[in-house]
Amino acid sequence: MAKLPTPQMLVSSRPAFPAQDWLDTKPEFTPGSFCYPAKKETMELLHMPNPHDWDPAAEDWNLPENWEQILCDAFEERLEKHRSLKLFMDICVRCGACADKCHFFLGTNDPKNMPVLRAELLRSLYRRDHTMLGKILGKKVGARGWDKQVVKELFYYAYQCTECRRCSLFCPYGIDTAEITAIVRELLHEVGLGIHWIMDPVKNCSFTGNHLGIKPHSFVEIVEMLADDCETITGIRPKTPFNEKGHEILFITPSGDVFADPGIYTFMGYLMLFHELDLDYTFSTYASEGGNFGSFTTFNMAKKLNAKMYAEAERLGSKWILGGECGHMWRVINQYMDTYNGPSPSHMTTPVSPYTGTVFKNAASTKMVHIAEFTADLINHNKLNLDPSRNDHIITTFHDSCNPARAMGLLDEPRYVLNAVCNNFVEMPENTIREQTFCCGAGSGLNTEEIMELRMRSGMPRGNALRYVQEKYGVNHMACVCAIDRATLPPLANYWAPGVTVSGLHELVGNALVMKGESKRTMDLRQEDLPNVAEDDDAPEAQGEGQ
Amino acid sequence: MFNSLLLVLLIGAIAWAGAAVGLAGLFGVALPYVAVVVFIAGVVWRMVYWAKSPVPFCIPTTGGQEQSLDFIKQAKFDCPSTTWGVVQRMFLEVFCFRSLFRNTVADVQEFDPVSNGPRTIYYSSKWLWVFALLFHYCFLLVFIRHFRFFMEPVPSCIRFLETIDGIMQFGSPRFFWTGGLVLIALLFLLARRVFNQRLRYLSLANDYFPLWLLISIVGTGICLRYFDKTEIAQVKIFIMGLTHFAPVSTAGINALFFTHLTLVCVLLIYFPFSKLMHMPGVFFSPTRNMANNSRRVRHINPWNPPKQYFTYAEYEDTYRDAMAEAGLPLEKQPEKAAE
Repeated sequence: MAKLPTPQMLVSSRPAFPAQDWLDTKPEFTPGSFCYPAKKETMELLHMPNPHDWDPAAEDWNLPENWEQILCDAFEERLEKHRSLKLFMDICVRCGACADKCHFFLGTNDPKNMPVLRAELLRSLYRRDHTMLGKILGKKVGARGWDKQVVKELFYYAYQCTECRRCSLFCPYGIDTAEITAIVRELLHEVGLGIHWIMDPVKNCSFTGNHLGIKPHSFVEIVEMLADDCETITGIRPKTPFNEKGHEILFITPSGDVFADPGIYTFMGYLMLFHELDLDYTFSTYASEGGNFGSFTTFNMAKKLNAKMYAEAERLGSKWILGGECGHMWRVINQYMDTYNGPSPSHMTTPVSPYTGTVFKNAASTKMVHIAEFTADLINHNKLNLDPSRNDHIITTFHDSCNPARAMGLLDEPRYVLNAVCNNFVEMPENTIREQTFCCGAGSGLNTEEIMELRMRSGMPRGNALRYVQEKYGVNHMACVCAIDRATLPPLANYWAPGVTVSGLHELVGNALVMKGESKRTMDLRQEDLPNVAEDDDAPEAQGEGQ
Repeated sequence: MFNSLLLVLLIGAIAWAGAAVGLAGLFGVALPYVAVVVFIAGVVWRMVYWAKSPVPFCIPTTGGQEQSLDFIKQAKFDCPSTTWGVVQRMFLEVFCFRSLFRNTVADVQEFDPVSNGPRTIYYSSKWLWVFALLFHYCFLLVFIRHFRFFMEPVPSCIRFLETIDGIMQFGSPRFFWTGGLVLIALLFLLARRVFNQRLRYLSLANDYFPLWLLISIVGTGICLRYFDKTEIAQVKIFIMGLTHFAPVSTAGINALFFTHLTLVCVLLIYFPFSKLMHMPGVFFSPTRNMANNSRRVRHINPWNPPKQYFTYAEYEDTYRDAMAEAGLPLEKQPEKAAE
């Protein structure tokens, strides 16, 4: 990986707009500007169409012979399947309100990263084949035909969009670039073009149950190790039920939380919380992935990977599913799951919290509850014994992940929890949070190393906002409810606001949770010393508080 | 931009010349009938084209807090969970341009003393919202005002509207403020495209042409009222003839009127084939017109393909021995499976 420029150099090196018209400029595939292509074997294994070897930097992408026909037909088919696509192709007035709402545009100043122009790349093709004026007047009204350069351009910009929907919020007609990008990626997959960082997890998830390809026995081993760590910290070893039938709840979270720092601490938070509640639940090694990289591939692939959730709930006889912290996982669950793979198995029931009696009516059909909803409800009913002072060593802010924010509306539940488990919580500037939140810069399967500089550019708005609260309020921590964020925000913070650590919400819950019969806490979940422990050795005031 | 201007001027010139050499019947009678038919048929055709494709997924863009727990306040307008909520959201969108009201402008600073480094600042930017709203409402009022030419007797609500519109009692005939404001709003929208670098870069002839067309319609309309005044009584008789499918003579009506009328007809003909279809389109937008209730109510996809996935049975077959060794519960023990 090339060395990164300093933040200031990165900002000042954003080029001016090219002199030529956008129809005449073509992207340059320089190292760092594109993700590595998916392997042919991977694509074959997944029965993806037209698998082949190719290199984005090469002149010839080895497209199948009748590539143009394939793409035209595929586009036509998508138009017949999605009213949104027809509409978004027809009604954009190019008012430009979306332009500087895109983190990729702000970070690169590449005009084709303005959501309107990103969509025009496809719209120009649509005009030629599907509009009267485009057919007659051609280029004069912004219409153009397919050629291999256009395919390259679509690839380049479809993988410089994280499907975060921020532009859609500001669009007067709600034109959703995520929808357009998702469909462009579908089209590209029709001619065998995909990226390694997405297709490899898809393959793993298809055949092992999770993106990381952790096999069942290793999955168990890792979770047992995390349970051991919990014991080291609290003196209590939480139970770790796997693939057990007859439990009320099936718990599913992104596999990143089992595997990668700092997600593992969030996972430990879950283990401790469930143990303390004596929750009647089980994990599954088969449905061990909450995330869904299929949703960055095609709608059908998303459906396929998602199908395991209901299938496993049915096999295990779980009444409802509790879902961990994850962004795109919740886009799929909230907006697609029930449509893809519903109705839910007949024995499942509307989720009810076993401790508070709260009926989650908003999940009556999917039978799936977000853990932030679940925990916020527990706290609201005073069911948890919490000592927020154990998080006093941090001044935290909260990063809303794009998908829960703009495809679900999960905004106040995590804040409610955060306020209960931390004494120091500061919001970032208002145009960068809640429904206006900025992407981490690497969502939708772009969290790969080879485009690190690009990620830092697209992460600029988030990084700038974080830096601002770091300098102004001394923020040294950022909480989030997304596994991809937990992987992408640490390098982003390290670059834009060095010194800020990143964690999931339930890591902080785990820190603050006073468990029955626990030994005195001297470490946080990362096994780092808690400050101010030695002094009040003989005054365990936290114990017995609350309830 | 200039090509679009030239095209509009050309259309105007042809209409003017045509009317002057006695082809007023063509521009004043035939064209309006054609235009109205094309407009109605075209708009219906495009709406049917959209409606023929299903909405496979429930994809509202949530602009605020979802409906979840009792103690968490839902953003009912920006994140509706019921049909009534969607109606309110759509009302705000269509009548108040809610989404445009959010508009901000991002200013990237290379060095900011507070951040001690780069910082992006977001300023509220309501200009586009103000002028877009101004244009649409004024244009609507102007459109309604024109019904005085189509109706006899003129309904009292239109007379009232004219009284309000001319409330400044300025000049003779009285100045209608909607006419002036619509022109100002259009000039702002045009100036944005010309002077804002980003807008200039992404604008197409498809954007300039309707702007110039509207400007020329409003311009000729204003001229007809205040400068090259047309014989208003005659125009009314003429238009009533058109609406009763009994066209009358065009004699005595000036050529500018037919220029105005022709430009309006061109707008009507152009409308169904252009971005102006955003007017009916906004009602179809699935990110705005759907309730965020997809966990509570199952949304049906008519082309939902059959389920195909790696089943648990296949999974257990693949990993049975390792699973047994790890002590995981199994559907079939290894010795049973081997049989």
